Amino acid sequence: MDTVASDNLVATAELTARELACTRNERQLFSGVDFSLRAGEALRIDGPNGSGKTSLLRLLCGLGLRDAGKVQWRGRDVDDDRAAFLADIGYVGHANGIKLELTAHENLRFASALGRSKPLSTSSHALAAVGLKTMSDTLCRTLSAGQRRRVALARLLMLDARLWLLDEPLTALDTDAARQIEAMLRAHLDTGGLLILTTHRPIDLGAHPLKRIVLGV
Amino acid sequence: MNQPAISVAYMTLLRRDIILAYRNRAEFANPLLFFALVATLLPLGIGPDTELLSRIAPGVVWVVALLATLLALEGMFRADFEDGALELMLISPQPVAALVLAKVTAHWLVAGLPLLIIAPPLAMMLYLPVGALPVLLATLALGTPVLSLVGSIGVALTIGLRRGGMLLALLVLPLYVPVLIFATSAVDAAAAGLPVSGQLAIMGAIFIMSVILAPLATAAGLRIALN
Repeated sequence: MDTVASDNLVATAELTARELACTRNERQLFSGVDFSLRAGEALRIDGPNGSGKTSLLRLLCGLGLRDAGKVQWRGRDVDDDRAAFLADIGYVGHANGIKLELTAHENLRFASALGRSKPLSTSSHALAAVGLKTMSDTLCRTLSAGQRRRVALARLLMLDARLWLLDEPLTALDTDAARQIEAMLRAHLDTGGLLILTTHRPIDLGAHPLKRIVLGV
Repeated sequence: MNQPAISVAYMTLLRRDIILAYRNRAEFANPLLFFALVATLLPLGIGPDTELLSRIAPGVVWVVALLATLLALEGMFRADFEDGALELMLISPQPVAALVLAKVTAHWLVAGLPLLIIAPPLAMMLYLPVGALPVLLATLALGTPVLSLVGSIGVALTIGLRRGGMLLALLVLPLYVPVLIFATSAVDAAAAGLPVSGQLAIMGAIFIMSVILAPLATAAGLRIALN
């Protein structure tokens, strides 16, 4: 690889992925995936069902193992300082990762202890931002699927994470809630955050550039 | 930065799991009930032969405690695996082994510690000499955490399987055998009035080894299982 070009790229891009490949059950899902992302930019991973969108997201946050390729975060290989990279990411996967026997408020409080919490962020602010202000002391078991999804997304607001990795964030959300989440994503990009997501629904990120990669073609 | 210290993350996760266990308490009563039932039914089945009962008491209490632990073991990471909390644990910037240790501690407090509390009355029902009770408690206090810690490795390795229960037992039971042998031998020796420091020292060593090594192995196992 020509080092000059990649150095230039690294200087401006916060996140660079090169030649990523993933094999699952002896089937190659994708290979040669390249992209780079600057502060305030979003990337949307597209592709038909089973093309590896979720696998790519999981691979980026280190849940899945890479078969090949490199991921650099702020000019450093993510394998060199995993903890620092992990402190910078906020991930909401297919599963919500919230406990149904805890209240929304408790879920957020416990979740923020596992990562790097944002200064001055409180669970009531985070829940208000996703439209669940009045539900903070309700057990998540009694919330609807869309409300549970919103609790999971509110977790992002508790963390001081620059890079958000979201797998179908708008699943189960009604139109109003989806708009609230879009506003939350735009606010994240406004402050120089980065966003990578998969979605089957159109998403409005305002003036922020939305890059696209298509898997499975 | 505002990243909580490892000890804070450990305590938070421990507290979360205790709260969850309290709110799901029916689920955790089963292994305990199993322990009490077997230890109660056994003397009825064998008959009131005081000498025989007091001879088999250490083995019975320990085997049943071991099986009760095994019953409870499967639930250790099950809920977290299903609701996605396990993924979040693995991509936490905190050392995963420390978080695993928090989960195992919580599991032991909920599933292991109660065994210690109900073991003395059950042992008395089996005519275990009262003098051997402190040693029985000591072996349980050292041994049941080992069962939870070593078991967590097996749970991590089988969590991705749909019917992992039998495989878990096959994986874990051979590793439980040394604990069982030294524990029952200590209680037997105590009942016979012999010194027990040798057995307890070995159990202590096994305990320390498990505390240090098992969380690392479990963390690696979880990583593979979730890949």
